[in-house]
Formats: sequence, structure tokens, C-alpha cells
Amino acid sequence: MSPLPTFSSMAPEAGLDRALALSRPDIIEEVKQSGLKGRGGAGFPTGMKWNFAAAAQADEKFIICNADEGEPGTFKDRVILQDHADLVFEGMTIAGKAVNAQEGIVFLRGEYTYLRPQLEAALAKRRKKGLLGKDILGSGLDFDIRIFMGAGAYICGEETALIEALEGFRGEPRNRPPFPVNTGFLGRPSVVNNVETLACAACIMQRGAAWWKAMGTEKSTGFKVFSISGDCGKPGVYEFPMGITVAQLLQEVAGVGAKAVQVGGASGLCIPASQFSRAIAFEDIPTGGSIIVFGQHRDMLDVLHNFLEFFVDESCGQCTPCRLGNGKLLEGVELLKEGKCSMAYLQELCALGDTMQIASKCGLGQSSPSAFLSVVKNFREELMGRTYSQV
Amino acid sequence: MSHTTILDTGSRAPKSQQSLSVPRSGSDEAIGGTVTASINGQDVKVPLGTTILAAAQKVGIRIPTLCHHPDLCVAGVCRVCVVEVEGQRTLQAACAFPITSPIKVLTHTQKVRQTRRHVIDLLLSEHYGECYACGRNNNCELQSLAKEYGVDFFRFGHPDKPKFEIDRSSYSVIRDNDKCVLCRRCVRTCIDLQEVGTIEVAGRSDKSYITTFKDKPLGEVVCINCGQCINRCPTGALRANDPTDEVWAAIDDPRKHVVIQTAPSPRAAIGECFGLPPGEPLTFELNTALRLCGFDRIFDTNFTADLTIIEEGTELILRLYKALVAKDPDIALPQFTSCSPGWVKYLEHFYAQYIPNLSSAKSPQQMFGAVIKTYYAEKHGIDPKDIVTVALMPCSAKKFECNRSEMDDSGFKDVDYGLTTRELAKMISEAGLELPKLPKSDFDAPFGTATGSGVIFGATGGVMEAALRTVIELVTGAKVENLFEKANIIPVRGFEGVKYVELPITQVGPVPDILKHLVPDWEWLKGATLKVAVAHGTANARKVMEDIKAGGKFSQCHFIEFMGCPGGCIGGGGQPIPTSPEIRSARAKAIYAEDAGYEVRKSHENPDVVTIYKEFLTDGPCGHKSHKLLHTRYVARGKYIE
Ligand SMILES: Cc1cc2nc3c(=O)[nH]c(=O)nc-3n(C[C@H](O)[C@H](O)[C@H](O)COP(=O)(O)O)c2cc1C
Ligand code: SF4
Ligand code: SF4
Ligand code: SF4
Ligand code: SF4
Ligand code: FES
Repeated sequence: MSPLPTFSSMAPEAGLDRALALSRPDIIEEVKQSGLKGRGGAGFPTGMKWNFAAAAQADEKFIICNADEGEPGTFKDRVILQDHADLVFEGMTIAGKAVNAQEGIVFLRGEYTYLRPQLEAALAKRRKKGLLGKDILGSGLDFDIRIFMGAGAYICGEETALIEALEGFRGEPRNRPPFPVNTGFLGRPSVVNNVETLACAACIMQRGAAWWKAMGTEKSTGFKVFSISGDCGKPGVYEFPMGITVAQLLQEVAGVGAKAVQVGGASGLCIPASQFSRAIAFEDIPTGGSIIVFGQHRDMLDVLHNFLEFFVDESCGQCTPCRLGNGKLLEGVELLKEGKCSMAYLQELCALGDTMQIASKCGLGQSSPSAFLSVVKNFREELMGRTYSQV
Repeated sequence: MSHTTILDTGSRAPKSQQSLSVPRSGSDEAIGGTVTASINGQDVKVPLGTTILAAAQKVGIRIPTLCHHPDLCVAGVCRVCVVEVEGQRTLQAACAFPITSPIKVLTHTQKVRQTRRHVIDLLLSEHYGECYACGRNNNCELQSLAKEYGVDFFRFGHPDKPKFEIDRSSYSVIRDNDKCVLCRRCVRTCIDLQEVGTIEVAGRSDKSYITTFKDKPLGEVVCINCGQCINRCPTGALRANDPTDEVWAAIDDPRKHVVIQTAPSPRAAIGECFGLPPGEPLTFELNTALRLCGFDRIFDTNFTADLTIIEEGTELILRLYKALVAKDPDIALPQFTSCSPGWVKYLEHFYAQYIPNLSSAKSPQQMFGAVIKTYYAEKHGIDPKDIVTVALMPCSAKKFECNRSEMDDSGFKDVDYGLTTRELAKMISEAGLELPKLPKSDFDAPFGTATGSGVIFGATGGVMEAALRTVIELVTGAKVENLFEKANIIPVRGFEGVKYVELPITQVGPVPDILKHLVPDWEWLKGATLKVAVAHGTANARKVMEDIKAGGKFSQCHFIEFMGCPGGCIGGGGQPIPTSPEIRSARAKAIYAEDAGYEVRKSHENPDVVTIYKEFLTDGPCGHKSHKLLHTRYVARGKYIE
């Protein structure tokens, strides 16, 4: 049985049925009303995104489902695709109607190739049932979905890099503006949404904005699917309402007594025990769903080392701050481990981290220093002992 | 006479990059409407879509850049140009941010300055190279940035050993990746501007680097040696293969008779290497400098440019005659010019099936080499083995051209060394000379008289104009001035990518003496319409070639001028750095001004040319002797690499 009770409780295609009966603006309005924000990490209001794409003038538009799930510690999209693929396809079809797109593309992470046959089968079944293709359920809507395989680069989860890869180029982020909702795949308006976002949109169409808004906090409505791993008794995929505190969450997953929790994957924040009362929500600790629990025995420098190695490997290398900055932070961690990093140099590195956050071209470089900066800030005592003082 | 341009037939550049080019302020592509932005508190009204960088320029605020180049599409990768935009969490790249609403921008806040300094510090942390041992010392954008931002120590370290091997495999371009800042200007140049696509970024993150197909040496891949990448590289990572040591050695060797020919484009640009603004030709000052450097003879490439016109023009007339009168179906038309070695190699790679269309006439540089080691050597009793011929060219591809194995018709290597404008400027400085302050002096006989036609070879459309001046007069017997005011054939001038001109031949005259043995009369041309076209930069050349392949209107042309470099030779890969549309246009103006100042402005009227046909090439243009010395053959290279 799926660990996702709400998704499991949905009546098949009820959301799509309702959307087919509604006008475009009404669909978008419903999603807007729900307050749904993107589940891919950035938390951009989904209704607004759809509205931009709907307003853009073009002969062709695209709905792209971002299933590149590459953030360390995230595996919830895999579970959703495995158990609730129809809900995701339903969400894409609804989005297609809302923005007047004819084609949907699932950008599937290379490592999830094994899911492809099952997803193709689900698509074929939908076509057979008249849920995809020409004149869907006699409503006049034409919409079909195809699957595109990613090739294993984390950066291709970034929406503009994803589009570059779709077009057959090196997966590298574009300059924004222009945004994909105006100039996306093949220069056409494109909505890029996370797997979970699309499934949620289908739920909202079925149960209504009020139902969704009743869950979560005022600014972060609804529930969220979390991937929980690390030093806890019950790792796995969970559904929690937005706004849950770190402490409550640890309770649920048998992780009480943790030293720290990394929220939002390698590019997220490292929360020390003293801040476990903070809420997981866009207004406090934002996340795409990755939660990694660190027990008391963990060396935070090892944690950082691991994350930074990841970014040094995964930066696309396009822009200077990220291409070279991550390497400098990694070297800094190595120096700290060897007791060779001076306090002054540590400060230089923190300033460099600030620069990377504001000057990098895309979200990768803008968030890759987050863990470093939050560990230095929150575990100052632990690190201070390891800096090198030149008397 | 009609004058039109063609539609874009598509570009090989990645779609993403095409869509990312932001219209320049005031250009026709701007989206329409204007918007007022505030930059450092100063209001500036610009067309919608103008970048912050361009808007700031408009009010005299300079924002530093590195990956931006006025000839190239936006990249936004170096992050040196970042600025604060009110309401944005992150800094924005001024070169890439289009203004579409009334924004407030701050360009030099503490945050911005610190960020730029960090970016520079990061670049230097990976930059292996010492400025005093670098060809770009004093003309390097990275060095200038370091200076501007007060770099006085290496905050994040500095490499003490190289990571890469220097690639010296190409006759024209040397690649030193240790000095590369990954601005990708070379990549965009090669793929967008030239549509060759020799170099790309490979690898990711700090392991990314600029490379060729399968990391092969540049000399072994499809590279046309145009050097456009060198001209746009901000650092010393790309440079031309520099033979100045060998040239000095020849000068210092008393047994050698060292002859230099100078082409018009370098003369129009070399002043830039001495601090002059673009567009001030130093042709005659340069003659003095070359003498003081120790060259034995100084000749004007214009002489062989004129010779090229005679040979190429005759070849065209012969082709037309065979095709139109003898109805020979094997005659390849349109005839393509062959004086740009970058273009020639481009065709050999990408359109090898059109090699028969290339004029067999050598380029002026190579004709000169052959003439010097034969006619000149004979006339002056010098053993050609003791002659060293040097060519001052605006071009890096000329270095490859003079090393082509077939270029030895004199019995020796026709041209020993090709020097670029930049390299000669260095030699002049080394000799302690301040070029702009030198007195003027003339070229040496016997190739001292030049015509305006030779001079304009330097700008796109110039070869065509020179050819038309001659062909019109030879065929119609009338003066060009009667058709075009002051013999200026304006429709073939200008920087439009592709130009197409139709020229009806309404009257014909008697066949002039030098062509009498080739055609009986001109009657067969009467009433015909001569169709010609001009394209510069290989991206534009490709448009024309694709049209020809598809049987479009360019396939109906008789004669097409192709230049490998944007703007023609004045924008060549050996010209002073930097380059921009404005700089090239200033150089072109200088060239046309020089042309206007010449007494003789038509190739066939050059007295030295008339003499050489009388004394040496006695069987006339396209005759046996000229064929042996002044014409060449080509190699079908194809575009696939093993
Ligand atoms: C480096 C990087 C990697 C990303 N990876 C993913 C990913 O794997 N899946 C995803 O849905 N969004 C990812 N995103 C976020 C996307 O760019 C984009 O914001 C998201 O797909 C939008 O969908 P949403 O609005 O539904 O969240 C990534 C962003 C960055 C900067
Ligand atoms: S921030 Fe990193 S991943 Fe993003 S564009 Fe720059 S180098 Fe590439
Ligand atoms: S490339 Fe520029 S910064 Fe580097 S060594 Fe040469 S002059 Fe100096
Ligand atoms: S010389 Fe020309 S063809 Fe060769 S790499 Fe440079 S730009 Fe490309
Ligand atoms: S070789 Fe030069 S132009 Fe090319 S990326 Fe490196 S620094 Fe830039
Ligand atoms: S000049 Fe703008 S990012 Fe490089």
C-alpha cells in the first residue's frame, strides 16, 4: 500500500472531469485560490505560473513535468511516479487545458529508466481510455504526453537547463528573464512543474481549493511529501501537512535526539537541535521534501565535505562563482579538518559563500553554499576549535 | 540596377543562444516602446528590452564585463558585470538583463564591488600565467579587471604549475588553456559568428575546458584558421602562431634579401596598436618603419591585388564565354573569389563539391610571393633561394595559406612568413620606433604603384567593386565614372551580411588588346544582366551556399565575393584587438578614403601590371605562364574527422 494516504484516496480522473467542464480562467483561479506552491523546491505559486503561460501568445505551448529528482536525499517523486502516475498525468492534462498546451513532456531522471515501461504502459492505457490524445473525453481538448530520458546530470533538474537538454544541447541554465513561461522549450511558452506539484493540482481540482487550504499554514498551504533518510528509526516517504516543526517530524520518524537535520537536501539548510521548533514551510525553512537526519556522532565537517563534493561534481561550470567557488569551499572544509584553516580564511570563505548566493547564474550556485554557511553559523563552537591560530 | 538582400536560412548556433541575443539599444530589433530605468539615480529612457549594460553605457556609466562581446550573443557566464536591481534578491548580470519595466539599478555598491572582486579572485585562482611572459600583456581584459579592482594578493591562491599542454599544432592559432577564463567568447565566435563549430566547452564544473572534437590538436580538426576566436578572446589563451623571431633572424642574416609586402587592411589598423583611434591609416609611415627595421624591399600587396583582378576577371570572362557561347555544360558558375584563405578552407571542408566554382587565381599574397621569387629575382639578378618573402596581413589564415604544400610554384616556398598586424606592431616597438611619428616614405619599385582598387580589397565588397570597375571598362569600353559617380560602386559596399546586385550590360565596346586572344568580341554579352553577390563572415557564406545548393537565386549569379571574416580583411583574425562593429566600420572608412585619394583607381590601369604582362607574363592573363605561377588548386577536405 502506498505511504501516501491522500493521493491514494483520490477518485480516478475526478479532477480532470471537473477541469474539462470549467473554463481556462476558472481552472487557474481554483489553483490560485488554493495557494499551491511549487513542490520542486523554489515554491513558486503554481496558479501564477500557469497564468503567465496562459497569457503568453504562441501557436504552441508545453507542459513539462520535472521528474529529474536529483537533490541528495530526495526520492519522493520516484514513489509518486511508481504509485500515482495517473494522478501526475491527470495534473499535466489539467495544466494543458489551463494554459492551452497540446503537448506534455515528462523529463525522467536517467536513473529512473526502470520506471519507463510502466509509465509508458500507463500512458498507453490513458490514450485507450480517451484520457489523452485528440478530443479528450469528447471535450474538444487535444493533449498528449511523451517521456524524455534525462542522462544523469543534477543540473538538468533546473528548469532552463532541463529545457536545453530537451532541445538536445548541453544541460546548462539559461539567463532569466526571459522565463520559460514565455520563452521555454523551442522558444515556446512552457510550464515546468515538479511531479508532486502536478499530482497536487489534480487533487485540488477534485476536492477544491478550500479543502487544500484547510491544511498547512496560511502561506504554505496543503500537505507535502517528504523523503526522510539518515539517522532515524523509520526512514521513508511521508505525507505531512506544511508547517510541521522539525521536532514533530523527528517524533514521527523516530529521530528524536538528532544533532542536526538537513532540510532541503544538499542545497538546503542545516538546522541544529536548538532550532528544532522551527516550522518546515516556505516562510520558515523551505524545502523540496528532502530531510536528512544527523545523529550525535556525526562530524558536521564530514557532512559538509560530502555535500560540497557533490556540488563540485554537479556544477555545470558555466558561471565563475559556482564553477570555482564550490571547490574553494571544499578546500576550506579540508583545511578545517586538518586544523589548517585560519579564522580569517574561514571568514573569507563565508564572504565567498555570500557572493555565490547572490552572483551565481542559477539556483545551484545560489544555494550550494547554504549548508556551508549554516553549519559555520550554527555549529560555530564545534568549528572554532578546529581553526588554526597563528599566534 | 537592383539591390536586395536574402532571408535568413537558419543558423547552426544553438537555439538557446539565438533566442538569448538581446537587441541592442536603439536597434530595429528592440521590441517597441520605451522604458525609463534609473541607473545610480540617473534616469535613462531606452527601448524596451535594452540591457542594463547598454542603458548604463548610454549615460556614461561603465560596467565591467568579461564574457560580453559586442559581436556576440549574450552568455551571462562570467558574472563580472553584476549589478543590484531593486527588488531582486540576487544580483543581476547587466549584460544579460533586458529592461522591460522601470527598474532601479545600482552599479557600484559595496556588495557589487565585493562580488566582482571575488569573481576576479576566483578566476585568478585558476589562472596559470605571468603577465610579463604573455602576448596579451597590457591588452588583456583579465589583467585590466585585476588592476581596476585593486587585486594586490591572491585571495584564493594561484596555481604554480600548468594543467594543460599548449596546443601548437595549427599554423595559425595557438591554444593555451591555462590562461582561459571560460568566457566562451571563442565558442560563440566559432559557432555563431562563423558557423564553423571547431571548439566547444567539454567537461563540467571546475573540470570544464575549451576543446576540439575528441580533444584533437587544432591542426587536425575542421578549423578554417580565421582567427576570429583570437580577436575576441579577452586573455592570452588564444594567440596567433608568431613567426617574428624567424623574420628577425632573416633580417639579421646578411645573405638574405628580405622582402615584405604590406596589405591595405593592416595599414588601416596598425595605428590602433600605437594608441591611435581606429581608422587612421599609416601606410607610408609604415614604409619608413619597415626600412628602419631592416627589410630590404617594401612592396604594396595592392600590386598583386590588381593582378588578381586581371586574372580572376579574365577567368570569369572565359567561364562566361564557354558557358554562354560554347554552351559547355561543365563550366562551373557562379565563380567564387579565392583570395580569403579562411573562406577557401571553409569551402574545402563544408562545400567541397563546389571547388570547381572557386577561382583558380591565387590570393594576392601568394601571387606576390611567386612573382618576387621569379620575375623580381630575375629582373634584379638575385638568387631566389636567398630571398625571404614576408607578408604583412590582417589574417591568421594567411599563415596556413603560405604553408599549403602546393604554394611553391616559384620553385621555392612562395611566401615564407605571414605576419599579422599585431606581430608587426610588436617588431616596430622592439625596434624602438614610434610609428605614428615617423616620416612618410614610398614603396619600392618595381611594384610601387598601386591603385585604389587594390586598397579596397580590405573591406567586404571591395574585391567585387574592383572587379566590376575593370570588367565594366573592359567590356563596355566606357568609363565606370559614367555609370557610377566617381567610380564608387556603392551597392556592393557596406556591412550587410549578404548583398546581391544586378547589372544590365546595355552596351559593349571593342575587345581590349590583352584579351584579344581569348574572345573575338563582346556581342554575346550585350543585353545580358550580370548578377553578383557579396558575403562576409562564413556564417553569411553558408547562407549563400545553402541557397545555391537549393537552386535559389544565388545559383543564378555569375560571380560571388566571399570573405571569411566579418567585415572582410579589415576584421581579419590578425588585426589589432579589440574589435567591434564600430571599429571595423572606422577601418573600412579609412580604406575607402584611401581609395578615393588614388590617381589610378582601376586595376587594369596599373602601369606596373601592364608592364609585367609585357615583360614577363607574355602570354597574357590566364595564359600558360600565369597559370603556372598565379593560379592554384584546392583540396577536398570534407567535414568529417577520423
Ligand atoms: C540545481 C537545481 C536542481 C533542481 N532539480 C529539480 C528536480 O530534480 N526536480 C524538480 O522538480 N525541480 C528541480 N529544481 C527546481 C526547478 O528549477 C523548478 O523550479 C521546478 O521544476 C518548478 O516546478 P514547481 O514550481 O512545480 O516546483 C531544481 C532547481 C535547481 C536550481
Ligand atoms: S550556478 Fe553553477 S550550475 Fe548554475 S549556471 Fe552557474 S555554474 Fe552552472
Ligand atoms: S592572459 Fe592576461 S592576465 Fe593572464 S598572463 Fe596574460 S596578460 Fe596576464
Ligand atoms: S580560427 Fe576560426 S574556425 Fe578556427 S577555431 Fe577559431 S573561430 Fe573557429
Ligand atoms: S579561450 Fe579565450 S575566448 Fe575562449 S573561453 Fe577561454 S578565455 Fe574565453
Ligand atoms: S559580462 Fe555579463 S556575465 Fe559576463
